[in-house]
Amino acid sequence: METAVELIDAHKSYGSVEALRGVNVAIRRGELMAMLGPNGAGKTTAISLMLGLRKPSSGTARLFGLDPTDRRARSRSGVMLQESGINGALHVRELVDLFSAYYPHPMPVDRAIALAGLEEQARMQANKLSGGQRQRLYYALAVCGDPEVLFLDEPTVGMDVESRRSFLDSIRAFAAEGKTVVLTTHYLEEADELAERIVVVDRGLVIADASPAEIKAKVAGKRVVFDTDAPLTEDDFRGMPVNHLELRGGHVRLLSNQPEPVLGALFRRGVEIRNLEVVGADLEEAFLALTSHGDGAGAGQPAHVTEEVAG
Amino acid sequence: MSTAVASQPSFDVAPALRIVGAQARATLLGYWRMPTFVIFSMALPVMFFLFFGLPYAHQTLPDGTSIGALIMGNLGAYAVSSILVFNVGIGRAQARGQKIDLLQRAMPLPGWVVIAADTIGAMVLALISLVVLFLFAAVAGGIHLSAEDWVTLSVRSLLGALPLLGLGLAIGYGSGPNAAPAVANLIYLPMSFASGIFIPLSSMPDFLQKLAPYLPTYHYAQVVQHGLAPSTAESLGTAILWLVVWGVILFAIAIQLYRADVARKFS
Repeated sequence: METAVELIDAHKSYGSVEALRGVNVAIRRGELMAMLGPNGAGKTTAISLMLGLRKPSSGTARLFGLDPTDRRARSRSGVMLQESGINGALHVRELVDLFSAYYPHPMPVDRAIALAGLEEQARMQANKLSGGQRQRLYYALAVCGDPEVLFLDEPTVGMDVESRRSFLDSIRAFAAEGKTVVLTTHYLEEADELAERIVVVDRGLVIADASPAEIKAKVAGKRVVFDTDAPLTEDDFRGMPVNHLELRGGHVRLLSNQPEPVLGALFRRGVEIRNLEVVGADLEEAFLALTSHGDGAGAGQPAHVTEEVAG
Repeated sequence: MSTAVASQPSFDVAPALRIVGAQARATLLGYWRMPTFVIFSMALPVMFFLFFGLPYAHQTLPDGTSIGALIMGNLGAYAVSSILVFNVGIGRAQARGQKIDLLQRAMPLPGWVVIAADTIGAMVLALISLVVLFLFAAVAGGIHLSAEDWVTLSVRSLLGALPLLGLGLAIGYGSGPNAAPAVANLIYLPMSFASGIFIPLSSMPDFLQKLAPYLPTYHYAQVVQHGLAPSTAESLGTAILWLVVWGVILFAIAIQLYRADVARKFS
């Protein structure tokens, strides 16, 4: 199948900061791909290279086989960027009209407005829109050229639950027409809900590239924290589904997809624990499993053990 | 439709003229919705003429030059140049501050389109403000010119100001949204005073009279006044030559600042 978007051994440095350190990604036409990673992982930089907004320090970026700055390639892509601006004095409809003029075969303006759910705001000045409506306006501007590939950089930021849901439905409908979607997010659920492929980026590298189910199996879902007087060592956790373990004196902190069997095993051994807390791991923690663990293959071995002396 | 697109990928681009037209229209709409822009570029010249032009509208100089027409021409020059310096300069600096250029940069949009659209938008606005001023001067001040002279005056007022578009773009790409108004005022206001647009040069301090002939606004004023007075300080050809040189300098600075801005954000 034809490749729509491609980064080949892409490096990008801003001064001494290495934002990307050799990224290889090929996105086929019709794919719905989510790029997932914590803030500062390099997602926005990767999208900027794919769009030709930035030039790779080394390596190559390709859009439909062309240089991404080529107008012929850009005429087939639509984009929603973080923190970009529009002339807020214009009405929603006037802006969609303007952006449609950039493209050779735009869709009818009313259709783009309807896809973004902005029919009632069509005659409103863009400055007067709420945060969520503004995001939807950017979506209308991204799709109005009837593009084949859509780049969405953190599109649901600032949306409430309701508009987020209907927004994700619009993206699904767009993808259902056989179009390509490249989306960045730092919400695992969003990537899971939407994408058929998740590329996990961390510190400028792709650390996983797989289906949502495979990714979820690799990242830790829960954080377990407790205190104990029992002299636990990392050996006590061997064979348990633990992704990340920290032992600091009597304070234990671990990440796991299956906290119940871990705690069950500890209880059966008669380990007395206090101040037990089991909560959903945040994304940074969930990624610890992947980042510190390369393949992240086994649930059998503790992924990573940090032993520090308290104080 | 989507299957047709998928099986026959097109490598078309939108026609550049259509893009420029749409962009210029958007620029004008944006100006129109900002009351400060309209007030400064349209109401202010008319108001100045009301205060400083009307009392002398029917007086003539010994050589037969209508003082009213001369003041009208000068205020027209002020209107056009302030649009090119302030509206373009501050407008562009604000657009950069709001990161409007970021999304534009990701669009299938040739880089020159935005500048071309800014120019067209500013020139249309300048023409409108000229017409408003001229109508007011003709009706309220009884200024009479032949049809040909009205057209010549308008063309000279618009084209003669083009070097100042370079100044506007340089301010727009060289300063941030908060600094731009101050920078524009600091550079442009002394320059226009020193060029005799508001007050005759003869009533200026000696050093300003000596400095004025080196400023672009002085030569712009000369070009505008050329059809209104039988004799001006320098010939039309000399004034145009000066304006061309200034145009090259100011646009070269603007291009450098534009390139630096692009290199900083998009490389």
